[in-house]
Amino acid sequence: MRVGLFVPCYIDAFFPAVGIATLELLERLGLEVVYPLDQTCCGQMMANSGSQKDAAGAEALFVKNFSDFDYIVGPSGSCTVHVREHLDAIAQTPAVAKVRANTYELVEFLHDILAVEAFPWAEFPHKVGLHNSCSTLRKLRTAKASEIDEPVFSKPMDLLRKVRGIEFVTPSRPDECCGFGGTFSIFEEPVSAKMGYDKVADHHGAGAEYIVSADTSCLMHQKGCAERLGLDIRFIHIAQILNGDRA
Amino acid sequence: MSSREIILAAVRANHPLPAPALPDVPLFERGAAPLLAQFRETLERMGGKSIEAKQGENLDALICSLFPQAQVISSAAAEVKGTRGLNGTRDPADLADVDVGVARAAFGVAETGSLWLSETELQINSLAFLAQHFVALLDPRAIVPNLHHAYRDSRFATARYAVLVTGPSATADIEGVLIHGAQGVRSLTVVLV
Amino acid sequence: MKRIDHAEAASEFIAAKEHQEFHDRRLWDLRLKRDREAHGIPEWEELRELASRIKEHTLSHLADYLEEFEARARENGATVHWARDATEHNQIVLDILSARGSKTLVKSKSMLTEECDMRSFLERRGIEVIETDLGERIQQLDDEPPSHIVVPAVHKLRDDVSAVFARTIGAERGNNDIHYLAETQRRTTRPYFLRAEAGMTGANFAVAETGSFVVCTNEGNADLSANVPKLHIASIGIEKIIPRTEHLGVFIRLLSRSALGSPITQYTSHFRAPRAGGELHIILVDNGRSERLGMRDFWYSLKCIRCGACMNTCPVYRRSGGLSYGATYSGPIGVIIDPAFNIRKYSNLPFASTLNGSCTNVCPVKINIHEQIYKWRQVIAERNQLPFVKKEMMRIAGKVLADPRLYRAAISAAGLAIEHLPRFAIYNWLNAWGRQREIPKAPGQTFRSWYLENRKPS
Repeated sequence: MRVGLFVPCYIDAFFPAVGIATLELLERLGLEVVYPLDQTCCGQMMANSGSQKDAAGAEALFVKNFSDFDYIVGPSGSCTVHVREHLDAIAQTPAVAKVRANTYELVEFLHDILAVEAFPWAEFPHKVGLHNSCSTLRKLRTAKASEIDEPVFSKPMDLLRKVRGIEFVTPSRPDECCGFGGTFSIFEEPVSAKMGYDKVADHHGAGAEYIVSADTSCLMHQKGCAERLGLDIRFIHIAQILNGDRA
Repeated sequence: MSSREIILAAVRANHPLPAPALPDVPLFERGAAPLLAQFRETLERMGGKSIEAKQGENLDALICSLFPQAQVISSAAAEVKGTRGLNGTRDPADLADVDVGVARAAFGVAETGSLWLSETELQINSLAFLAQHFVALLDPRAIVPNLHHAYRDSRFATARYAVLVTGPSATADIEGVLIHGAQGVRSLTVVLV
Repeated sequence: MKRIDHAEAASEFIAAKEHQEFHDRRLWDLRLKRDREAHGIPEWEELRELASRIKEHTLSHLADYLEEFEARARENGATVHWARDATEHNQIVLDILSARGSKTLVKSKSMLTEECDMRSFLERRGIEVIETDLGERIQQLDDEPPSHIVVPAVHKLRDDVSAVFARTIGAERGNNDIHYLAETQRRTTRPYFLRAEAGMTGANFAVAETGSFVVCTNEGNADLSANVPKLHIASIGIEKIIPRTEHLGVFIRLLSRSALGSPITQYTSHFRAPRAGGELHIILVDNGRSERLGMRDFWYSLKCIRCGACMNTCPVYRRSGGLSYGATYSGPIGVIIDPAFNIRKYSNLPFASTLNGSCTNVCPVKINIHEQIYKWRQVIAERNQLPFVKKEMMRIAGKVLADPRLYRAAISAAGLAIEHLPRFAIYNWLNAWGRQREIPKAPGQTFRSWYLENRKPS
């Protein structure tokens, strides 16, 4: 199984530790992982702003970099959603269709494709609030959303439960959006910040020492809010916990 | 072309395709739940009250005991005389001074605690709204399980006006605080007889 | 026509801390109540699917069902009018009233009449119009539009209502007891029910099979408006049609549970024919609906049954308030309907969203709201209605991200900037991120450079 590692632009630039943890984790699980050096971005930001034609260049480059893999795996729910559901700015060739069909968010990949049973190297003896990004929750459906009447399930929880020492706390609004929303965070800053403040206060109030998520974009926004508020709470990507980070 | 023609032509030209088929609606029967108990419980949750009366009981006396201050009691139900009949009423607004309005509901709905009434049961429709309080007689055997059952009743096709009444008039428009007696009746009492 | 600036209005709303926090809590509470009801019915998701398919079928055959509805309604003794747009609707209402010399109109809640701006049209022509729903009455007396389609004054606290009532209907100044305020509105509205020559309602559903329409209220004010005055006028959007009476079982079970978390409204009123000695006029209104029906990506919005569940769940709506959208319809349903009315004026609204998708999940008729929000963004960009700054940002970003070398140069420049520029330069007023958040620190190196140092390149 040839796996291409997709490291979104903002992770490459600001949170490389998340990319490193993802790579190391997949290697620990015995996979041959390749990181195409000329990747940049999936095009999500431009497309979400309505400028689909401005996304075309990035989308074409994405397909060019990743057309040769069985699986494309990345530590980002929102980017995965864009590739699978909205990579529409370019002609839909067989190569594009293949890339779209085989792109997975990390939790999906670990849970559904690899069906990982254990993370023996992992231990995280902390109180943790799980933040399911709206992309992973409502679009990739990696867990039950509170609005829908269906049996409870959670892929990230299934994985995290295999980590020694981890303890979960639940905020009062577990799946309300945290307010990042891409360029929403800039163009609707007042509401975005208020949503972020409410989110981190909620987790903090529930006793969380860490907020963990599969989406660094949410974490980046929440961390920015928490730091400005002076809240004592830390932020970590699920890849880092599963890869064995202790803190 | 009239507006009617213009609108219908525009709609027809824009009918989405392909056109989906109309699905069948099941009755969603849930099994042998005690309908009367569910009806009473849901009615109470919706702000209404229910009391049982015995066959042949003096319902006028019962209603007077429930509303001892009431001066004007008007009834559309044969079993209750009230203090002022409805036969002479010309204008719905004439019922503005009624303290207690009384009628017999055609049936109830267990799922929602609702009562079905039409101009046949009410005689004057405004009786159920202008009165300060409303008392509905309901045969406890005339309760259907849910709204799917209710909406198969043929009287919807013949009644000029039919209302599913569920509890008293209510609002929570100011700070979410529940008020009974918004514009309509302040209380609803169902007498099961 | 000035573009609505949602972000600025939202900023003011958030600054009124007590009001905003109450607004958010109150509507979230309605969302939780909705969840409890939904999870209490095993067939909930099946009902949503049925409702969605009934609506999609009906809209695909709408002209036929409209004709059937009209034929039955006429047989029942109702008079049926057709209005192409808001102006025609308002004129029809005026003509009906004038022909009978009616000068006072009591009405129950109707978003359609808000959409048509009927009240100011009638008032300018000498008709007194009394909103009878408590929330609508508060807003009328305060000369403000309703902020929420189900709870019109949800953005107001008791002191606000007390001040409005003291100013307008003689309530005691400073008495903010909610029971007192509600009783005051009841007491002062009642005489209008008794003497008005005409009553007006909207309709939640119109049944083609019987020519009936259904109005759902908790207050009973629609029943009073329709059953006391001799004349009942009902304004109905053409998309409200459903085929048969039995379908009401599905929609009535979904409506109040979705809107308020109660199994049914206190009054579910079915009007089929004028009452003895009375008159019933029905106005079927288009006002852009037939056009929207032809929009391949947006016609699903016509399935809407006006429950407001999308507003209650929307984290943006709860923190910005309905009035911040500057349109009759606000919240998620508003942002996908309003641009069809005026793309320039409402071009910001689809961006007042994080695309989180909660609205789509609570919609009882399964409107794909968040997907339509995304699509509207594309339309707005294509029609050149994006603000210049955003347009330019995306054009430049698109170029940089399409080229690996440009991208790497930009990243290292940004990293250097964050590392070396003084705090005040980074957090200046141009930087929206930094207004209320810390900016991420620049890491020592990018992932790519770590990869080149630590792994063999592919």
